[in-house]
Amino acid sequence: MTKPKSTSRMEANLPGPEDIHRQVLPNGIVVLCRSNFNSPSVVISGYIQAGSLFDSDEKLGLADFTARALMRGTEKRDFQQIFDALESCGASLGISSGAHTTGFSGRALVEDLPLLMDLLAEAIRMPMFPQRQVEKLRAQLLTGLAIRAQDTSDMASLTFDQIVFENHPYSRPEDGWPQTIQAITRGDLVKFHQKHLGPRGMVIVIVGAVEASQAFVQVERVLGDWRNPRQPESPVLPPVRPLIQSVTRKVTIPGKFQSDLVIGASGPKRLDPEYIPASLGNSVLGQFGMMGRIGEVVRERAGLAYYAYSSLNAGIGPGSWDVAAGVNPGNVEKAAGLIQKEIARFVKKGVTADELADSQANFIGRLPLSLESNAGVANALLNMERHNLGLDYYRRYPEMVKAVTPEQVVEVSRKFLHPDKLAIAVAGP
Amino acid sequence: MTDSITRTKLSNGLQILLKEIHTAPIISHWVWYRVGSKDEQTGRTGISHWVEHMQFKGTPQYPASVLDKAISRDGGMWNAFTYLDWTTYFETMPADKIDLALRLEADRMYNSLYDPKEVASERTVVISEREGSENEPLFLLSEAVQHAAFRVHPYHHEVIGDLADLKSISRDDLYNHYRTYYQPNNALIAVAGDFDTRRMLKLLRELYGDFPAGPHLPRLSRAEPIPSGEHQLTVEGPGETTYLEVAYRSVAGLHPDFYPLSVLDSLLAGPSNLNMFGGGGISNKTSRLYRALVEKELAVAVNGGLTTTLDPFLYSIMITVHPSRKPAQALAALDGEIKRIQDELASPEEIARAIKQARAIFAYGSENITNQAFWLGYAEMFATYDWFTSYLDKLAEVTPKDVQRVAQAYLRPQERVFGTYLPTGSGGSQ
Repeated sequence: MTKPKSTSRMEANLPGPEDIHRQVLPNGIVVLCRSNFNSPSVVISGYIQAGSLFDSDEKLGLADFTARALMRGTEKRDFQQIFDALESCGASLGISSGAHTTGFSGRALVEDLPLLMDLLAEAIRMPMFPQRQVEKLRAQLLTGLAIRAQDTSDMASLTFDQIVFENHPYSRPEDGWPQTIQAITRGDLVKFHQKHLGPRGMVIVIVGAVEASQAFVQVERVLGDWRNPRQPESPVLPPVRPLIQSVTRKVTIPGKFQSDLVIGASGPKRLDPEYIPASLGNSVLGQFGMMGRIGEVVRERAGLAYYAYSSLNAGIGPGSWDVAAGVNPGNVEKAAGLIQKEIARFVKKGVTADELADSQANFIGRLPLSLESNAGVANALLNMERHNLGLDYYRRYPEMVKAVTPEQVVEVSRKFLHPDKLAIAVAGP
Repeated sequence: MTDSITRTKLSNGLQILLKEIHTAPIISHWVWYRVGSKDEQTGRTGISHWVEHMQFKGTPQYPASVLDKAISRDGGMWNAFTYLDWTTYFETMPADKIDLALRLEADRMYNSLYDPKEVASERTVVISEREGSENEPLFLLSEAVQHAAFRVHPYHHEVIGDLADLKSISRDDLYNHYRTYYQPNNALIAVAGDFDTRRMLKLLRELYGDFPAGPHLPRLSRAEPIPSGEHQLTVEGPGETTYLEVAYRSVAGLHPDFYPLSVLDSLLAGPSNLNMFGGGGISNKTSRLYRALVEKELAVAVNGGLTTTLDPFLYSIMITVHPSRKPAQALAALDGEIKRIQDELASPEEIARAIKQARAIFAYGSENITNQAFWLGYAEMFATYDWFTSYLDKLAEVTPKDVQRVAQAYLRPQERVFGTYLPTGSGGSQ
């Protein structure tokens, strides 16, 4: 295997085609592995093609309820036996669901990797959904939703999604509503599992103190003969209809001391060509340094908020581009005004060459830090596979970032952010 | 992980701990000051944390915006934390960029500006931070419990401070606090990562060697008297969920009973993760309290919290009560489990399991250079770095009898605070 010429020390440490091992099992499971022998531990991470997009409105939260119930008892072990096996060796494993996929992640000392794989396979292949455990889980989910209803930040985000993604599946919270969680029966969980969980489109990433060949053997051993001919194709997403004017919506949560606000619009998909220019623009707007221009105006100069920043959330489908802040309830309008003004300035005037250069340097310079731990590398590998970025993505990444111009940034910001067509969500007393 | 470190002290009293790690081109650099919320007098609560915020507002040489941009441009991360016993600042940078971080920390040990305008805008930022915390029922409950647990000892207030003091602390109060405590003899520098020890030491000597030592600083510490009965309290607030916090007196991190208490915590509520970065926790579904409370549908969650402090702090158990149960039912089950661990010896297997869990958490934490640098300094704030390197061995010496003894000695109902968060309903609307 040849190493690329004249790589710096930093680039040599980034994951690339010569140290990421990828294999596709006959049943469709994609396995990715990168070895790291610096610590005697191992991380697994991955997903199955089953998410809340398959949920009906009446039973919203079914995919997530199913995912969380997978480890409540299997054909081989009951709930306590599953967690006794895990916790006795200091390992962890969790499964939950998003809009598109059911994701899992776990970690263990490397000697316990076979056990971790056994437990994962048992959970996804042969769950029993014991009635008693389903009811215990339901009470926990309902309490989680009661806590969510009291969380100003969660409720502002949820309301923001309802405005931006109106009539789109992304407007729905993946963990459902109290009434939909109440409506789900054990039979629904069994059916969802039988129909939607399967190997096609499944990805599993293993990073840590294990040789790739050993990692592949482990996956093959427990999942190689898994089949599910009933697995449906992923649902097709409708387009998002852009707002035709700004929409403000407030959720009142009495007795709270602080309000949260989220202001923004829909954003690019991860695979759109606009993604990297938009990310860099977002960095200037509300990330770079202590939260970019938004942090400077709302926190540093006006002293209105402990946190005020922007985010670009891009995935398989349309994303969102928003600014969030937590402010005193008496300052909501003032803060919202400042944020809207900054968005307008950003769209009108764009970013300076210096600002862009700063964020470009940050995006490239931070790679070693974000890829330092096994979990960081696993996350990077998962994203490469999820979005088909290529195993050499991190080797090409610096050049892609450096190629972005201020003109491209202003162009994408004008495409997605319209100062007179913003979603404004507030949750507070 | 290897644990060979270099430790030295400059003539002005500045302690330095260095650990070379060459697994990634990263260096993590921390400066620790022996000052925290425990050093604050009434009327000045929250001042250590606010000073920490002001330390990001610049010096004549490095104005605020310049610094922040410089660190970010190089792909570094930096932040700071204030706790009961200490305040710490760190930068984790690509190895070839660490120079700036070293220089800026040396500079801001003395030269921060505390511009009155910046003080004014930061006052509302800190108040906003407190208001954000007040939105959380668990903050309101633990603040009340902590206050009830410490009438005399300065652990009685939250690190963020009381609103009254956040409104009244002046620019000069902040500056005086800064100048009093930010001295080389009250500081410790910890660096871990991809560097050469000899060169790093030379650089640190150049940067700090000429700073004069400040006066000796006694820590504020008034021993908390032993309480003469259980203290019960309730906090009311919005929501539908009832929370309980039961707080027992713990020991200082340096106390030999910390090890058996750590095993006890693991048995009761699952292992506490002491890592600050990385190291992911382990679930606690087979712990005794989870089985007795959550599996029996009296609670939907239970957690234990044991922490390492300079003076004895609290061992807290937090319970999220099941929506169809009363707090008293959950408390009775908790008391039953505590009586059981006081009356019956735990099995050696159960203890071996707690030790394996701790070993795993240590291994996960060692993946991360920032976390390793954190431990270099953190352990010195309540013990020495040996505490960290010998921790697993000490834990392995714990016997079932030790666990029973500390359960009897520390989990005494007449010395605990029992707090309830009583929800007054949601009443939300859209």
